[in-house]
Amino acid sequence: MLVLIGVLLVIVGFAIGMNPLVVVTVSGIVTALLGGLTPLEILDAFGTGFASSRSVTVFVIVLPVIGLIERFGLQQQAKRLISRLSRLTTGRVLIGYLVIRQATAALGLNSVGGHAQTVRPLIFPMAEGAALRRYGTVPGPIKEKIKAHSAATDNVGVFFGEDIFVAVGSILLITTFVDATYGLQLDPLHVAVWAIPTAIAALLVHGFRLLRLDKQLDREVRAIEAADNVEIINAGGTA
Amino acid sequence: MIGVEAVYWFVGALFLAWALLIAGDAGHPRRWGSAAFWGLLGLCFFYGTWVQSEQAPGWILGIAVIVMVVLASTGRLKDGRARTTTDEERDVSSRRFGNKLFIPALTLPVVTVAIVLLAPYISINGQLLISPVNTTLVALGIGSLAGVIVGLFILRPRQVFTPILEGRRILESIGWAALLPQMLSTLGILFTKAGVGVAVGTLATVVLPEGSLIAAVLVYCVGMFLFTVLMGNAFAAFPIMTAAIGWPVLVQIFDGNPAAVFAIGMLSGFCGTLVTPMAANFNLVPSALLEMKDKYGVIKAQVGTGVPMLGVNVALMYFLAF
Repeated sequence: MLVLIGVLLVIVGFAIGMNPLVVVTVSGIVTALLGGLTPLEILDAFGTGFASSRSVTVFVIVLPVIGLIERFGLQQQAKRLISRLSRLTTGRVLIGYLVIRQATAALGLNSVGGHAQTVRPLIFPMAEGAALRRYGTVPGPIKEKIKAHSAATDNVGVFFGEDIFVAVGSILLITTFVDATYGLQLDPLHVAVWAIPTAIAALLVHGFRLLRLDKQLDREVRAIEAADNVEIINAGGTA
Repeated sequence: MIGVEAVYWFVGALFLAWALLIAGDAGHPRRWGSAAFWGLLGLCFFYGTWVQSEQAPGWILGIAVIVMVVLASTGRLKDGRARTTTDEERDVSSRRFGNKLFIPALTLPVVTVAIVLLAPYISINGQLLISPVNTTLVALGIGSLAGVIVGLFILRPRQVFTPILEGRRILESIGWAALLPQMLSTLGILFTKAGVGVAVGTLATVVLPEGSLIAAVLVYCVGMFLFTVLMGNAFAAFPIMTAAIGWPVLVQIFDGNPAAVFAIGMLSGFCGTLVTPMAANFNLVPSALLEMKDKYGVIKAQVGTGVPMLGVNVALMYFLAF
């Protein structure tokens, strides 16, 4: 039970806003020491852990092409394209992306999208373009919110789409683990089928939230405009 | 055969190139510290190949990793804000190229997917050209190269190195967050080695009242959720919660359908992934990539989906699996 102190360190570290790299490193070392690992074993674990997890950093491979097209105005073009389509709102752009992301992930095509490949260069500028058409300007806090929801929609789409595909890591982990441990013979396809109800529910829940996002943005933009007007009036009064 | 190690070497070479660019930038606010960080990261991508195949000791790489953490956490790593086009220039060039700008952006996913789908059929002298292990990563590497080539062809920047220069700009805006996902997966390994999983599993069995199906479903799903929040990853939580409750209680005592119990249990873990900073690659790297002020902004946007979906999963398991 003593090793749970390491988990506690992570929670406290994140809660007080320390640099996550430090939190993770320190709590890893503390946990390992409590668990009886020697310093050499701990260094070994940091090394092998890094080596075996290099795949999560492979996304940087797309930065050159994304950077190149950004330089020539991809985000501006994505924004302009969307602002011509008057029926599109931020929420509707994101719902469209949610559906595409979930459907492609369900077919095993996870790599079609991603935060570096699609969200930064295309989806966020489109969602922002829709807001720009609707409000004329997009104030900082609204922009921040659109960024957050663009990234969130990508995650929700992938998480609740990929498990419908039989050959995805989590399904294979389930079948190999329970087959080896409990002597079952689960068919990956049968496990994947049970991901469908949750996938539909996720589409409905997140889709509903995105529809409401438009109204929320309307309200917040109006509140910001009202606050600005008050400032202008006050400034005028004192001058 | 092109395997995933080739992709790691490509990534390592990119990091080294970026480190050289930074080292050559006299106006950089933390020129040497930043160059050392990215250069070391690049070297680790090469050296990792031999650690992975157990031909080289892991502790050397471990020391390098700790050095990177120290560099990043003591302020020696800064964003050099590499020069790029201004908003006005981008506006002008986006009018000039119009929708042609989308072609390289779409080349990337189209080529990636095409290679994933075709890989099993491309072979030279009876040997597959692309390794069937981690095909997606290899495909992503080829896809992004194809994107760069198509981009250079359409946009014709003055320098052929422009993609590397612009890639550096985005990388530096991400900063130390780029290393975080790998550190977190190391933490997961250390947690497992030290026996955190067993301790959490024991706790879960202690709080479980006997004989109640809904309580058992709740403890399994909420346990998957909480454990994933702590570990940043549902994969680490699954074997432990399943050994503690999923198999002995839900399947053996209550006679649940194993496929449904395990699938929905895993998805309850995914709800936890949506709300935890420990899943840095999904939740913190994007906020860095989108240059957000609040690095927890993505998580805040996801809580409203992650928590209700946990409730949905509990209900689905209760009604569908028994």
